[in-house]
Amino acid sequence: MSAENRIITDVVCPFCGSLCDDLEVETDGTKIVKVKKACKLGKSKIMGHERIESPLIREDGKLREATYEEAIERASQILSNSKRPLSYGWASTVCEAIEKGVHLLEEIGGVMDSTASVCHGPTVLAVQGVGAPGCTLGEVKNRADLVIFWGSNPVHAHPRHQARYSYNAKGFFSGGKEDRTLMVFDVRKTKTADKADEYVQIEPGSDYKIFSAMRTILSGNEDVVPSEVGGISKEKLIEIVDRMKKAKFGVIFGGLGLTQSRCRYKNLENVISLVDEINEHAKFTLIPMRGHYNIAGFGQVCAWETGYPFAVDFSRGYVWYNPGETTAVDVLNRKECDSFLVVAADPASNFPKGSVEHMKDIPVIQVDPYHNPTTEFADVVIPAAVAGVEAEGTAYRMDGIPLRVRKLVDVKYPSDEEIFDKMLTKVKELKGA
Amino acid sequence: MDLLIKNGIVYDPINKINGEKMDIFTSNGKIVSNAKDPKVIDADGKLVLPGGVEGHSHIAGGKVNAGRIMRPEDGRKGIEPKGKLTRACSGYSVPNVYATGYRYARMGYTFVMEAAMPPMAARHTHEELIEIPIVDKGAIPLLDNHWMTMECVKSGDMDKLTAYVAWILKATKGYGIKIVNPGGVEAWAWGKNVSGLHDRVPKFDVSPAEIVKALSIANERLNLPHSIHIHCNNIGHPGNSETTLETYGLLSGVENSDRQVMHATHTQFHSYGGSNWGDFCSKADEVAKYVNAHDNLTIDLGVVMFCDTTTMTGDGPHEFNLYKLTRRKWSNHDVELETGSGVVPFVYGAKIPPHAIMWAVGIELPLLIDDPWKMMITTDHPNGCPFTFYPQIFALLMSKKKREAMISEVHPVVNSNTILPSIDRELGWNDIAIMTRAAPARILGIDKHGKGHLGSGADADISIYDISPEEVDPSRDYAKIEDAFSYTAYTIKSGQIVAKDNEIVAVPSGKTFFVDPEIDKSLMDAMLPDLELKFKEYYSINLANYPVQDAYVPNPYKISTKGA
Repeated sequence: MSAENRIITDVVCPFCGSLCDDLEVETDGTKIVKVKKACKLGKSKIMGHERIESPLIREDGKLREATYEEAIERASQILSNSKRPLSYGWASTVCEAIEKGVHLLEEIGGVMDSTASVCHGPTVLAVQGVGAPGCTLGEVKNRADLVIFWGSNPVHAHPRHQARYSYNAKGFFSGGKEDRTLMVFDVRKTKTADKADEYVQIEPGSDYKIFSAMRTILSGNEDVVPSEVGGISKEKLIEIVDRMKKAKFGVIFGGLGLTQSRCRYKNLENVISLVDEINEHAKFTLIPMRGHYNIAGFGQVCAWETGYPFAVDFSRGYVWYNPGETTAVDVLNRKECDSFLVVAADPASNFPKGSVEHMKDIPVIQVDPYHNPTTEFADVVIPAAVAGVEAEGTAYRMDGIPLRVRKLVDVKYPSDEEIFDKMLTKVKELKGA
Repeated sequence: MDLLIKNGIVYDPINKINGEKMDIFTSNGKIVSNAKDPKVIDADGKLVLPGGVEGHSHIAGGKVNAGRIMRPEDGRKGIEPKGKLTRACSGYSVPNVYATGYRYARMGYTFVMEAAMPPMAARHTHEELIEIPIVDKGAIPLLDNHWMTMECVKSGDMDKLTAYVAWILKATKGYGIKIVNPGGVEAWAWGKNVSGLHDRVPKFDVSPAEIVKALSIANERLNLPHSIHIHCNNIGHPGNSETTLETYGLLSGVENSDRQVMHATHTQFHSYGGSNWGDFCSKADEVAKYVNAHDNLTIDLGVVMFCDTTTMTGDGPHEFNLYKLTRRKWSNHDVELETGSGVVPFVYGAKIPPHAIMWAVGIELPLLIDDPWKMMITTDHPNGCPFTFYPQIFALLMSKKKREAMISEVHPVVNSNTILPSIDRELGWNDIAIMTRAAPARILGIDKHGKGHLGSGADADISIYDISPEEVDPSRDYAKIEDAFSYTAYTIKSGQIVAKDNEIVAVPSGKTFFVDPEIDKSLMDAMLPDLELKFKEYYSINLANYPVQDAYVPNPYKISTKGA
């Protein structure tokens, strides 16, 4: 470490929904040179990689360099001239930027959606059906004696989750893994399953009926449960339910294996109902394994700003929420939107073909630090500072705990918050004119 | 711009002005005795009050937002399109931040206290408070089920507890000490509860009574502007008035010359007799009797009105009980080392006997308690009903005829299991002014900071209602009371007209009130190693990332106190 180098402690990692806040980052005054305590994913994000260096505007089919002023002006013109603008993404930026974004979309009467709609959106729909029996991650660390990962694989997706919060974490009432049972339910033997005290392999798409069988057993009606459900024997199911009922403090961490497989939000409604019912016997909670570091924050901001957590349509002047109609994939697929603002996301890679195809036909504005396949569709590209590394703001962990992510180095790029603040001012000006 | 509010009928109880026709001047956001070239507001024949002070409401933070997220059907019930100045609104019992600010302002309220802030998620509460337009606000952190608190109680170390409370207030930019089902919420982390003041909290081996007394000592040692603010054990249970009265008695003999030493909140939910839902009855008379006989205690009401609302509280086990009653959706959120919360949608039906009794209790209490200075009118928004029911509640308190009309429509059990039908008292204009302005400001301790009155130097927060106390007989014309209090002719916030005839005409940002208690450094230094250990071993975040940064209170109003 040279004399000018600075070590910043207690850094909050802006990668996944675990929002680890114990990182140490060394900078040489201009750039980050070392990241300690982070997992590979977090380290890679904080160290950064090749950037979009300058704002870009597409002319004659090619992207050319532009100034920020020009690019923001162009983007604002596109948005304010649109009859049905759509915006999507927003999971990898801070709440302060999201607030500006919601205001912008309200101002132009557009549709605002987040990556949740192709991720844990089904969990949100289930919460709207049956509620959310949850807790903070520290409750799990201190108390849990039964930890269940269902359709989630933290070893790969949330690498420090088990050490910091769940299976291995030592807490006040728990000495760590000696004191707890780890169960993994998945369609394949994941790395997380390798470490489990018990791995239960289930047939793909059978989660719903397994939960139904468990609830049936729990309600004392095991006589109607068939001898095998979703690849699990009835005896095993009875044993699992019994184990859950005997837990001092149990938790299910639900992953995309539940939200993006057959039955989708119905899976979540069923497992949440199961957890509700177990609470009459034992303390039990459920925490969704949120992916992007601030996808939970988007849901929070959108709810306090508009009343609804994602997929909000401002075209009527008031807020209209109807997932399936007002979700980004669907608005694109119906070829309804006439402009598309993408923020910190990559729909070109993740959306179905029919939706991506419409991106070719409409002006696309991308705000992102990095080039990705969506850039190929973009007509205006505005490179932003990396929130949580180069810009500060609020992010919500998967359990709803808000933390302030830091600015670790100074960069030439404006923050998302600054970009959308300018765009909002510009749009108001253009609409007023 | 300076204002002259001319010829209004003014009720300003703190300054002993009781319905006098007079002029009020404002300048630079304050009430003044005269102003040059003011804009004149003709208030002839109108009622002029200090801006309303809402002393206990759930408007911001994790559980409010959980209610919004969980209840899109509630969102749909309150939609209003964006306007030139105003943002789009949604929600009935869980309005979005904009609807919250506009609706309070249109009704003449200019200060709102968020009554339950989970310290670890305080940043969230403040993020929402920032976005609530117009009104000034504050938030009271929950402190009773903390491991640190219970360990200090167990060891009897009041120095350490006092330092810890001071640290939490600073770290969360909080306003006071909130107590919610002391001990019961920690028990709920194991799926259990406490059933009375002398149960022992699992593992921590302290009792609710010990927690309450200890936090009161810390509160007084820190000279906080507000007293402890307590949601008693056994909320909502038949027969809970015994626990309630016993809780009040815990501080018997403790006095503070400036204010109460205990504020007991949403007392309606704690004033029940009976042993089950079959013999459930009102004990408002016994609770009122205690309040009448003691001057060291204040309450707020938590009135229930019949509607589809959203219950939300830090009392996790209570919300689970409500879930078991309703089998509707249930949200729960336990917060490590500190607290918990739950949210359950709830319909109060006029024809459902326990609900009819609950409604009656909320109206009985203010009619049976002699001194309006001991009370704030609240609905424990949105637990009893949304705050937008206030006009109806005022009419019920001011008119026996209105009560008779309503009693005839609710379940007849109110005739046998409550004494509401036999009460003749009707509150007057000054009583309402006290219970919605002067008393809440005094009870919270913000009267000394320019709130709740119209004396020279006070904040120019004023509500002007289009009703003449000289002409209207509230007892007979109760419908006019309801209409007039539904929205102001003018709401003035810090000298600026923000609402006029039910329309928002300006959207300033309100201030956030918080307390910064100064204590002896040696006490703080002695406490910190314990706290550091808690973060090192048991919290899931680092100590350095816990305190709420200044960025979350862009318009701060800091009240500094000096601890003894």
